[in-house]
Amino acid sequence: MSGILVIAEQRRGELRPVSLELLAAAQGLRRAGDEVAVAILAESPDIFVGSLRLAGADEIVTIKTGAREFDPDTFESAIGALIAQRSPDVVLVAHSVDSFGYAAALAARHGWGFATDVFIAQRIDGELVATRGGYGQKVSVEVDFPGRSTVVLAIRGNVFKPPEQPAEPRITVFDAPAVQSRAVGRNFIELSAGDDVDMTAAEFILTIGRGIGEEAKVPQFRELADAVGATLGCSRPIADAGWLPKSRQVGQSGKTASACKLYVAMGVSGAIQHLAGMKHVSTIVAVNTDAEASIFSVAKYGIVGDIFEIAEELRRLF
Amino acid sequence: MKILVAVKQVAALDEDFSIRDDGRGVDPDFLIRDLNEWDDFSLEEAVKIKEAATEPVEVVVVSVGSDEVDESLRKCLAKGADRAIRVWDSAIEGSDSIAVARVLAATVQREAPDMLFAGVQSSDQSFASTGIATAGFLGWPHAAVVSNLTLAAGTKSAVFRRELEGGLLHEVEIQCPAVLTIQLGINTPRYASLRSIKQASAKPIEVLSLADIALGAADVGEAGSLSRVRRMYVPDMGRAQLIEGSAAQQAARLAEIIREFKGAAA
Ligand SMILES: Cc1cc2nc3c(=O)[nH]c(=O)nc-3n(C[C@H](O)[C@H](O)[C@H](O)COP(=O)(O)OP(=O)(O)OC[C@H]3O[C@@H](n4cnc5c(N)ncnc54)[C@H](O)[C@@H]3O)c2cc1C
Ligand SMILES: Nc1ncnc2c1ncn2[C@@H]1O[C@H](COP(=O)(O)O)[C@@H](O)[C@H]1O
Repeated sequence: MSGILVIAEQRRGELRPVSLELLAAAQGLRRAGDEVAVAILAESPDIFVGSLRLAGADEIVTIKTGAREFDPDTFESAIGALIAQRSPDVVLVAHSVDSFGYAAALAARHGWGFATDVFIAQRIDGELVATRGGYGQKVSVEVDFPGRSTVVLAIRGNVFKPPEQPAEPRITVFDAPAVQSRAVGRNFIELSAGDDVDMTAAEFILTIGRGIGEEAKVPQFRELADAVGATLGCSRPIADAGWLPKSRQVGQSGKTASACKLYVAMGVSGAIQHLAGMKHVSTIVAVNTDAEASIFSVAKYGIVGDIFEIAEELRRLF
Repeated sequence: MKILVAVKQVAALDEDFSIRDDGRGVDPDFLIRDLNEWDDFSLEEAVKIKEAATEPVEVVVVSVGSDEVDESLRKCLAKGADRAIRVWDSAIEGSDSIAVARVLAATVQREAPDMLFAGVQSSDQSFASTGIATAGFLGWPHAAVVSNLTLAAGTKSAVFRRELEGGLLHEVEIQCPAVLTIQLGINTPRYASLRSIKQASAKPIEVLSLADIALGAADVGEAGSLSRVRRMYVPDMGRAQLIEGSAAQQAARLAEIIREFKGAAA
C-alpha cells in the first residue's frame, strides 16, 4: 500500500557498499508519509545493523537465514514473504550478481512491476518511472508499470551517493518461513594467485579492448604501454580469449583501477561493467572509431579514430 | 538427456540510427542483427556436455521472435544444436523479459528438457532477467552468472561457480532440472565449419504458435509484461572534449597529456 523497502546486500561478513546507495535512491522516491525500511538477510543479521544506521532509513528489518551466504531459494521465499506482509509500493534491490539470481523470479511469480539496471528512479505526475539503458547505453529507455501496486527495481551501482549522516532507525525482526534450498553454496574461490601485476595500484593504465581485433596485435600494444610507461590493462573479451591474463581485466568482474589517474582506453566500447572499474578516474582518454561509443560519455578527452593509427603515431613520440 | 538453450537475436545500432515516430523504440531499418554473444557460450557449453556424454544428449535451441531470427537459429544448428524451435505470434511484439520468460517456460513444459541454459544478459537490452524469470515461472532451481560448470548427462545435480563482483567465485551445487544463466568466457565457442553451415541451411526450424504452448495473447506483449516502455531517447552524452586533427596531431596531443601526467607525478 505504501512505503519503500530496500534490500541490503552482504557477502562474507561485509555489507556491500551498493546497499547504502539504495538508501539514497529511496530518498528520491519518498512521498510525504512514506517510510523507508531496509532489510538485511544473513545468518547473523545483527552484525550489519550498525552500518545501516544511516539517514534515510526509518526501520531496519533483520532476517535470519539458515545459510551464511546468498542462495536464491532462501532470498526469494524470505523477501517474498516480507513484501506480501507489508505491500510496499517500491522495492529496491541492487543490480548485482546476487539479485540477478533471484529478483526476476520473485517478480515474475508474484506479478510485481519489474525493471533492471535502473539509473534514474522518479515519480512523474505521481507515476513511478524508471530509466535504464539500451543498445550499449546509446539510448535511454523510460519504463513505467501500469496497474502494478508493488514494483521491484534493480538499481545500477555507483550512481547514487550513499548517505553519511547517522540516524536511529527502529529495529524489527522478521521471521522468514524456513525453506529447503535447492542450490547449496560451498566455498569461495579467489583468483588472485598468479597475478602478474596489481592493476589496483597502477597510476597510469593503457587498456585495450576488442577493437584490437586479433591476438597478434597484443604485443604491439604491450610494447606501446612499456614505451609510454603505462600498465597494460584490458576489457573482458581480451582476458576471456586468453590474450592477456585475467588479472589485467578492468571492470565489475575484474579489477578496479583504484589508484589510477590517467586511463587511456583503446578500442573499448564502454559497457557498464567496464566503466564500473574505471569511470572514477580523473583523466580518461578514449580512442574509438565509433563516435557514439559510450566510453566517450565518461572520458575527459576523446579521439574518434583508429587505434592502430593512433598507436603508431604515439609510439613515434616516445 | 535433453538440454534446452534459449537464444536471442540481438540488435546493434547503425551509426546514424533514429528513434521511431512513436518515440518508444529504434527505427528497425537501423538495426544490425546477430546472435547474442552470451548465447554462443551457452550453446557451446551444451554441445560440450553432449560430446562428453556416454548417453545420447539432445541439444535444442529455442528463440522467441519473428522469422528474421531464423538466421541466428541456423547459426546455432551449424554449431551443433540438434533442433531449433522458434515461437512467434504478433501478440508477442512489445514483450518485456518477463513475458518472453513466460513463453520460454511454456516451451520448456512442452519439451520437458533436463536443463535450461540462457545467457546472463542480452547485449541490446541488458535485462539480465529472462532466464531467471523463466525459472520463476517453472518453479525450477536456478542460478545466475555461471562461469564454470560440471554437469554429466544423467546426474541429478550439477556443480558450478557463480562469478561474483571482483572476479570472486562461489561454488554451488544445484539440483536438476535447473535453469542456469551462462557467463562469457566459460568456454571457447567454436566456429561453424562451411560444411556444417551448409547442412544447417537444409535443417527445418520448428515454428510454434502461442496455442501450441497453451498461452493466449493476454499472456504476452504489454499485457503479459511487468513494465512498459514509455519513451526512448538519445541521452545527452559526452563530456569528452574531442581531440581533432590528423592522427599525428591527435597522437601528439595524447602524448602531451601523458607528459603532463608524468610531470605532475614526478
Ligand atoms: C556480470 C558481468 C560482468 C562483466 N564484467 C566485465 C568486466 O569486469 N570488464 C569488462 O570489460 N567487461 C565486463 N563484462 C562484459 C561487458 O558487458 C562487455 O561485453 C565488454 O566490456 C565489452 O568489451 P569491449 O569494449 O572490449 O568490446 P566491444 O563492446 O565489442 O567494443 C569494441 C569497441 O572497439 C571499437 N573499435 C573496433 N575497431 C576499432 C579500431 N580499429 N579503432 C578504434 N576503435 C575500434 C568499436 O567501435 C567498439 O566500440 C561483464 C558482463 C557481465 C554480464
Ligand atoms: N526472445 C528471446 N528468445 C529466446 N531467449 C531469449 C530471448 N530474450 C532473452 N532470451 C534469453 O535470455 C538471455 C538474457 O537476456 P536478457 O535477460 O533479455 O538480458 C539471452 O541470452 C537468452 O538466453
